[in-house]
Amino acid sequence: MPDLASTRLAAHEMAARLRAGSVSSRELTEAHLAAAEAGNHALNAWLVIDRDAALAAAAAADARIAAARADGSAALAALHPLCGVPVGLKDLVTVSGGQCTAGSRILDGYVAPFDAHVTERLRDAGAVIAGKLNMDEFAMGSSTEHSAYGPTANPWDLERVPGGSSGGSAAAVAARHVPLAIGTDTGGSIRQPAALCGIVGLKPTYGRVSRYGIVAFASSLDQVGPLARDARDAALLLHAIAGRDRRDATSAPVPVPEELLALPASDDEAAASLRGVRLGLPREYFVAGMEPGVEARVRDAVAAFEAAGATIVDVSLPHTEYGLAAYYIVAPAEASANLARYDGVRYGHAVRGGDVLGSYLASRGTGFGPEVKRRIMLGTYALSAGYYDAYYLKAQKVRTLIKGDFDTAFAAGVDALVAPTSPFVAWPLGAKLADPVAMYLSDACTLPVNLAGLPGISVPCGLSDGLPVGLQLIGPAWSEARLLALARAYEGVTAGAPWRRLEPPGLVAIDPAGPTPARRAIALPGGHHR
Amino acid sequence: MGTLSRADVAHVAHLARLGLREEELARLEGELNHILDQYAILARLATDAIPPTAQTIALENILREDVARPSLPVDVALGNAPDRQGDHLVVPAILGGDGGGG
Repeated sequence: MPDLASTRLAAHEMAARLRAGSVSSRELTEAHLAAAEAGNHALNAWLVIDRDAALAAAAAADARIAAARADGSAALAALHPLCGVPVGLKDLVTVSGGQCTAGSRILDGYVAPFDAHVTERLRDAGAVIAGKLNMDEFAMGSSTEHSAYGPTANPWDLERVPGGSSGGSAAAVAARHVPLAIGTDTGGSIRQPAALCGIVGLKPTYGRVSRYGIVAFASSLDQVGPLARDARDAALLLHAIAGRDRRDATSAPVPVPEELLALPASDDEAAASLRGVRLGLPREYFVAGMEPGVEARVRDAVAAFEAAGATIVDVSLPHTEYGLAAYYIVAPAEASANLARYDGVRYGHAVRGGDVLGSYLASRGTGFGPEVKRRIMLGTYALSAGYYDAYYLKAQKVRTLIKGDFDTAFAAGVDALVAPTSPFVAWPLGAKLADPVAMYLSDACTLPVNLAGLPGISVPCGLSDGLPVGLQLIGPAWSEARLLALARAYEGVTAGAPWRRLEPPGLVAIDPAGPTPARRAIALPGGHHR
Repeated sequence: MGTLSRADVAHVAHLARLGLREEELARLEGELNHILDQYAILARLATDAIPPTAQTIALENILREDVARPSLPVDVALGNAPDRQGDHLVVPAILGGDGGGG
């Protein structure tokens, strides 16, 4: 097995070494592939580890770097920082010629005929696409247990969920199989698994990243974004994928800030930027039902911001309690329309059932899993004749009120809001599977941000009972660079904290012959529900 | 708000073109009603004067030049077809036959 030491590096450190010539993309890629291949039996984070494509991309990146070095320092500086760096993709991002299951049986065997926008941008940057990552089916779920390809385990405790729906992305980054991964976030699906796996996850402003080539869930909420182990790396990946794309009419013609490439390297410099910053503490996000350990860590983080010179102000987002209900009308309604395309005619799982109607019923009835069926049913009902005004229209009006809450807070001079990402730390596999509403509650602090179309980031802020806790920062539209600077500042303030040096214990001794996450789940209480 | 009977659940499943087994219908009846109970909270809010939000960023009238661009070759576009004849997708007869066309 190759030396795995390089899998501990951040992407920005890899970039520096690649330019200095002290490591090659081939060496980095070999190390990360080896880590992923060794660890995947226990984690089930990867649906595809594409060794051949990754090594070919690494060879191309090494050639680009060598050519740039021959051309001089300006050419070397012009390379994107991600050139030669391994990246994983959630398996709802198309890669031409590869699978794209979206975690569903209904797309089993589908071969994508084109690259997604983010795939193209990563190729342009010279990044090395290492493979495709597990997820809840069609990104519907908060635990990655709703994948048709088995659950993913949390590297911090193999008997617990990694969060979801981008659970494979979060687990792979936390387990050092890749420094970076792409996820999508419709109600928290980047931020919540990032929190539960102890990494950084950013949900950009709606419209910041093109959704071309991303399997659709809820089109007015879906956004693509980065998962990384630190703020600087998340900023590099966002820089690579952001910006207007004519193939997604909702991608906005807003310039991509170059500051994303220039977050401070120095902890002290980063921390110093907090002086004079005003952070709002929304009281509705600290409610009954939050685990005491989560609240304690988040309040510690708020105290650290204050000690570093930030001003903390209490704010109210009075319609927060209506977010969950509004979201679970809007998102399933949009999903029920988007998923109508899976009919077994043009592509995907097809079962002949006599006539055309019978074929639709059979293909969809056997192709979709239970959570997707539940949401299609909810959405179809909410949009059906006689119920549209009571449900969908009502929810869209509530959405206006929720967005108004955020607008009011930011208009009052708050730079960003500070809140928990998830009310809970990672829970045992199976513990919430039998109760969909309990599962939905884990997104209560993240989904209002999607309803309002705003950017939000989750950063690690310590452990509770040995499990990671996530701190969420929420900003006005297009404030990603500010959120990442605040996240970087928080890293600077807490650089000396003992928990910063902890890493997932599962990495030390993953038993290659041990149980898979699916086997562990069956053996746990609640395993009979699956 | 509403309470769904088993027949309502079966009707919605038909609208959604989901072929569900009896045990799935039974489970969904309980689950959907439990979820619909959570929606009742929205009735507390007076929203008559509130406009709906369908999208959150102020983009409108995104237009492009009306010019032909390359698209996927037919063979590639049909590459995932479950059943194909030449350049066509094969589906069961819609008209006549066993009544699928209603």
